Amino acid sequence: MNDFIAARSQMAISLGFHIIYSCIGMVMPLFMAVSHYKWIRTGDAVYKNVTQAWSKGVAIFFATGAVSGTILSFELGLLWPKFMEHAGPIFGMPFSLEGVAFFIEAIALGFFLYGWNRFNKWFHWFTGVIVGISGIASGILVVSANSWMNNPAGFDYVNGQYLNIDPIKAMFNGSWFSEALHMTLAAFSATGFAVAGIHALMIARQRNIRFHTQAFKIAIIFGAVAAILQPFSGDISAKNAAKNQPAKLAAMEAYYHTQSYSPLVIGGIPDTLNKKVKYGIEIPGLLSFLVNDNFKEPVKGLDTIPDQDEPPVMVTHLAFELMIAIGSAMMLLGIIYFIALWKKRSWLNKNWFLNLFILATPFGFIAVEAGWTVTEVGRQPWIIQGIMRTSAAVTPMPGIHYSFYLFTAIYFTLSIAVIFLLSRQIKMVPELYDVK
Amino acid sequence: MLYVVIAFLFLAIVLYFLLGGADFGAGIIELFTSDKNKSRTRKTMYQAMGPIWEANHMWLIIAVVIMFVGFPFIYSQMCTYLHIPLLIMLLGITARGTAFSFRNYDAIKGENTQRIYNHVFVYSSFVTPLFLGIIAGSVISRQIDLHPTSFVTGYIFSWLNYFSVAVGLFTVALSGYLAAIYLIGEAEDDNDARRFIKKARVMNIIAVIFGGAVFLAAEIEHIRLAHWIFGNPVSLVAVIAATLSLITLWVLIYKGKRKIIRIFAGFQVTMILLAVGYMHWPYMVMVKGGQNLSLMALHAPPKTIDDLGWGLIIGSFLILPSLFYLYYSFQKKNEVV
Ligand code: HDD
Ligand code: HEM
Ligand code: HEM
Repeated sequence: MNDFIAARSQMAISLGFHIIYSCIGMVMPLFMAVSHYKWIRTGDAVYKNVTQAWSKGVAIFFATGAVSGTILSFELGLLWPKFMEHAGPIFGMPFSLEGVAFFIEAIALGFFLYGWNRFNKWFHWFTGVIVGISGIASGILVVSANSWMNNPAGFDYVNGQYLNIDPIKAMFNGSWFSEALHMTLAAFSATGFAVAGIHALMIARQRNIRFHTQAFKIAIIFGAVAAILQPFSGDISAKNAAKNQPAKLAAMEAYYHTQSYSPLVIGGIPDTLNKKVKYGIEIPGLLSFLVNDNFKEPVKGLDTIPDQDEPPVMVTHLAFELMIAIGSAMMLLGIIYFIALWKKRSWLNKNWFLNLFILATPFGFIAVEAGWTVTEVGRQPWIIQGIMRTSAAVTPMPGIHYSFYLFTAIYFTLSIAVIFLLSRQIKMVPELYDVK
Repeated sequence: MLYVVIAFLFLAIVLYFLLGGADFGAGIIELFTSDKNKSRTRKTMYQAMGPIWEANHMWLIIAVVIMFVGFPFIYSQMCTYLHIPLLIMLLGITARGTAFSFRNYDAIKGENTQRIYNHVFVYSSFVTPLFLGIIAGSVISRQIDLHPTSFVTGYIFSWLNYFSVAVGLFTVALSGYLAAIYLIGEAEDDNDARRFIKKARVMNIIAVIFGGAVFLAAEIEHIRLAHWIFGNPVSLVAVIAATLSLITLWVLIYKGKRKIIRIFAGFQVTMILLAVGYMHWPYMVMVKGGQNLSLMALHAPPKTIDDLGWGLIIGSFLILPSLFYLYYSFQKKNEVV
């Protein structure tokens, strides 16, 4: 494995790991705040138990998210010193604000986790809300940094120099809104479905039904609303990619030859040698419609992109398809849930209904990973779109593959440990919480 | 604004040494506590640190962010040539942070699993400040070579030298000392307090020994440390202030003042950092061949520094009061309980 590939793989695995924890860290505090609120309002102990059970999980995730985030902030420099040297002053603003947001989050979390029976109950509740708000703010801020890599702004690039730097303009680059919106919804839908799925499993096994039913309900409402909105926000993202990163869009769609009535390909495996897609279903004009709002106007295909600037089509396309497939499924499940809630209450306790949600437990997170793969691999070979190549950014230090193996082992171990701890939490629900 | 940014950088570094240091130190104390007392120490420590440890570690993030936004060239050079010690420090931080929270939040307190968490926790508490110190030492040891001729000279000897290692060990001892002083004030009864005082004394002696070793190593590596520290008035005053506060601190301990002493310990360490920091101001990194990397010269463009400065100022209005309130409320409540 050469050092360049090792560095990219290490970055990818670190981010892929961190993103799961950060989604949970962003969203769970709000789930807790809802159930905490219900407890304070109704005095029903079940809600207190749900809040406390969740907060234990959050503490585990928070610690893991915090250390993996610390690793990341160093890795940017350890693996991509040339990138940080030039990009730091430009896109660093959201990172510094994010530092502030994390700080507030960590303080508020201290109050929240250790504050039971110590503070005024509304103050205590409020610290939980602050954890959630600052978590979401930090998520939006980092994503804004990432969107700058896709759509650089806030400087003039003249003869290899970065001039007239304006960090605020860089932060509010043309892609920040679409990415931040999509990511925030993704965090809600992924976490909502994952949490709901676990509680659905417990309901199906007839354990502590009241406890798990309330928990399921809070989680799935957040998840379902976000899942229904997700495809619309994805459409905004895709239009944005078409405008700013035509190569990425073409790779996502595995769309090789520019033509009017551009077709959308559903499914299929790209044949990168012969530049066509095998086994896919083509719907003529749909891609034109999705991108340009009319069926005729051609979308730029990969043939307009110089070979050395072409992203890996196979990975980008398959990851994109996976995200869309899961996104559609989750939207459907979200709709089913609301039908059940409003029209068919009897479904709620049916096994087939619970099984659907148990099956969907990992869906959101798979889509999150797939979506990031689309964003990051689809940007290649650029680390800063159109400005700096990834290969020019990598550290000169040799032997990166050792650190790649090391980090892979660490993330693997940590994942196992977290799953192990979480399963012990769930197992102990009947003993720890007085639930009937 | 540049001065504001540098002040925040210094503040973040000092606070990370103090608060993060005390945090690591707690693990070091645990490492050197006899088995019979371990669980008591752990309990005191958990009560004292639990609510605040995440916040303590945020100073590192703040320092890193200031570095890469404000001083990107220096940051990228440090990341390149100190890759290995940074990596080891990161491993330490990871192992320690996760072990600390896993051992508290594991729903089933099994003996074997707890033993694993404890082991990971105490050893990583030792390794992390060791490498933190090694990095700090390397930065001023003139061993970083920006034009290395081989892997070993570029990436190994940049940090593996007597001086850096001595600074690393000194940092470990200081961390242990800070933690012991802090824990004296948190002890639940006199017996525990006496134990922590004993620990503080041992750590203090070790710190003095390693401090001497730092000077010795500086001689070996031809670093004019003594000259720097005793050769300019500011550093000299800082060293004298540190010594005086050390004496005051021990007097106070024997008078039974247990909380106030932590201020003196913090002051003392701050003075040490000031003495060292002042002597190589404005150079952040001193490299082989004498082209030092200066904070005053190698900073980001003015617009970035301005925005960063404002971000930090506004951020600190949000952070500092809530942080004080956090420390304050868990202090107060612990006393009531
Ligand atoms: C629960 C997760 C999830 C789901 C169900 C979807 N996405 Fe997504 N998608 C993400 C999670 C995600 C993500 C991981 O969060 C990404 C990566 C970067 C980002 O901001 O969001 C992303 C990126 C991303 C991009 C790339 C943006 C860019 O690089 O500029 C596009 C075009 C879409 N998505 C489109 C869609 C569409 C049309 C969906 C409809 C079904 C969809 N996504 C569902
Ligand atoms: C703010 C957020 C992010 C930043 C600043 C960022 C930055 C980077 C950088 C510097 C690289 C290495 C250069 C490259 O290969 O392009 C990279 C690669 C990568 N990142 Fe991101 N990233 C972010 C978010 C994410 C997330 C959350 C994921 C989650 C899965 C992710 C997945 C990847 C992948 C898969 C690669 C490897 C791409 C390849 O080498 O082909 N990124 N990212
Ligand atoms: C290159 C990319 C990234 C870097 C450098 C980074 C950095 C960090 C750091 C330093 C922390 C620890 C802070 C703490 O102690 O609370 C952290 C945690 C966090 N990160 Fe990231 N991050 C990156 C990507 C992302 C992405 C893409 C998201 C989300 C969309 C995200 C969201 C969060 C959140 C919400 C936390 C809080 C931890 C928790 O609540 O569990 N980060 N990140």
